[in-house]
Amino acid sequence: MNLWYWLTGLLPFDWLSFAFMKQALLAVILVSYLFGLLGSQVINQQMAYFSDAIGHAALTGIAIGAIMGLADPTWAMVIFSGLLALAISWLRRISLTSTDTVIGLFMAFAVALGIVILSRGGGFARYSGYLVGDILSITPTEISNLLIMILAVTILWILYFNQLMLISLNPSLAKSRGIKVWLLEAVFSLVVAVVVTVSIKWVGLLVINSMLILPAAAARNISGNTRQYVWWSIAISLASGISGLIASYYLSTATGATIVLISMGIFVITLGLKKLAWRT
Amino acid sequence: MHVSDQISALSCGSCCTKLVKLGVAFGQNRVLDDVNLHVHCGQFTAVIGPNGAGKTTLLKAILGEVPHTGHVHFIDSAGQRPDRPLLGYVPQKLEFDATAPVSVRDIFAGAAGRRPVWLGIGSSDRVRAKEVLDTVQAGHLLDRKLGQLSGGELQRVLLAMAITPVPNLLLLDEPVSGVDLSGIELFYKMVSQLRRDYHLSIILVSHDLATVAQFADRIVFLNRTVIADGTPREVLSNQTVRQAFALPPELALSFPEIRPEHKDGRGCISCNLEKRP
Repeated sequence: MNLWYWLTGLLPFDWLSFAFMKQALLAVILVSYLFGLLGSQVINQQMAYFSDAIGHAALTGIAIGAIMGLADPTWAMVIFSGLLALAISWLRRISLTSTDTVIGLFMAFAVALGIVILSRGGGFARYSGYLVGDILSITPTEISNLLIMILAVTILWILYFNQLMLISLNPSLAKSRGIKVWLLEAVFSLVVAVVVTVSIKWVGLLVINSMLILPAAAARNISGNTRQYVWWSIAISLASGISGLIASYYLSTATGATIVLISMGIFVITLGLKKLAWRT
Repeated sequence: MHVSDQISALSCGSCCTKLVKLGVAFGQNRVLDDVNLHVHCGQFTAVIGPNGAGKTTLLKAILGEVPHTGHVHFIDSAGQRPDRPLLGYVPQKLEFDATAPVSVRDIFAGAAGRRPVWLGIGSSDRVRAKEVLDTVQAGHLLDRKLGQLSGGELQRVLLAMAITPVPNLLLLDEPVSGVDLSGIELFYKMVSQLRRDYHLSIILVSHDLATVAQFADRIVFLNRTVIADGTPREVLSNQTVRQAFALPPELALSFPEIRPEHKDGRGCISCNLEKRP
């Protein structure tokens, strides 16, 4: 951490003169990398709606934390989202109902339950911070937790990326190559659930899914193969993350939402590039 | 070493696949019941049947994707029973997002190698993929995105993937539905070539009787269970089969005069020695 303070102290930027901004910059870089990496696979697996549902379901996690009287409901949130993710991937497997419907049902239930519990006695405003998120509030301990998460996801991606790619193309094809399709799908859902849930505090549950999906969606427009796709996704995520943080500092706006607006802009540009490439 | 050398060194042709009293039920609905089949090495077996006859389910049961009763035995040329037999599988037309940023090289390296594709593909993997793709006349497609391939090209790429490494059993599930006529011809020529070169056992699920009659050496008519089983000439002159496919009595399908019979029986000795029921 001291090394980071020293490094950022070398940069001649006004906005970096505060310690909280130095921490926020590091946090944004870490979160952006993680979301870029994860988001590319979320789109491959067609799980954009799933991750959105997990984000919203965090309300119930917060509510459970509140009932249990926890000062920091993160663990309650993670456990609830994890269980929900496993439940959805299990139902996806056994039920003939379309996945959309299953996810929609769960999301509606989890959001309603969360709001009902949290709004008891008119106290919902206390929790509205989770809706918008605050990256400036991140602590050094949380940053080191984030690092551990990044390490875990990166290792998982090195070991299982190829298998996940084949599953996303055709589960039977993956199965024919001895891949444990159901297990990997469940593990992947769980990873998405944990990362999304943990990050809500900093990004805000209203925009978290866009932050996960948009960079990868933009990268998809301009990539010719998987390697380009993953690295463009990370690069776009980093670019919009860092510029969004700076913009939000000067504009005094919520960081998560500002980042999303910038990545939306990048998405539109890449869409234009794709159309241009088609025409020529 | 050339890929073809490598492949024939690895496999003298695997022996056989036995389905014993295989059954699959989805809830109350029995999709397959008491299916017994014995597929020899080097044999190209076509499974035909009406819609909903359980053809695709049969392949999924062999793949272990749907739970089934009864047994699936794989016996290799050494008479061993591999715990995890190598299965090659070419699915029906892949339903995927045509804009997906996945190149032919990506799925090849992803299926064959452990090195994660997002960290780049080594040049040796690239060369190997090119060699195998060349055997199905698809080497020039290496850097294309999957969405840019024609139906026939995509199926040849999937075929090349399915034979890397050479499987104990190759499963083809309506592999050329939606492919144009010349693409179909080329695909089956490739399959026949691979069968001869690598002594492959093949199970093909198909609707296309004309192609099946031309290329398969055995036809199984499936409708929940095996109704008819024999050479194309036998099965396609069976009355039940002709009715199911509404073949007019005067229509004669053409059969190739010389069929590449599987004569050496090398791999199959061990399964003939099998004393199991």
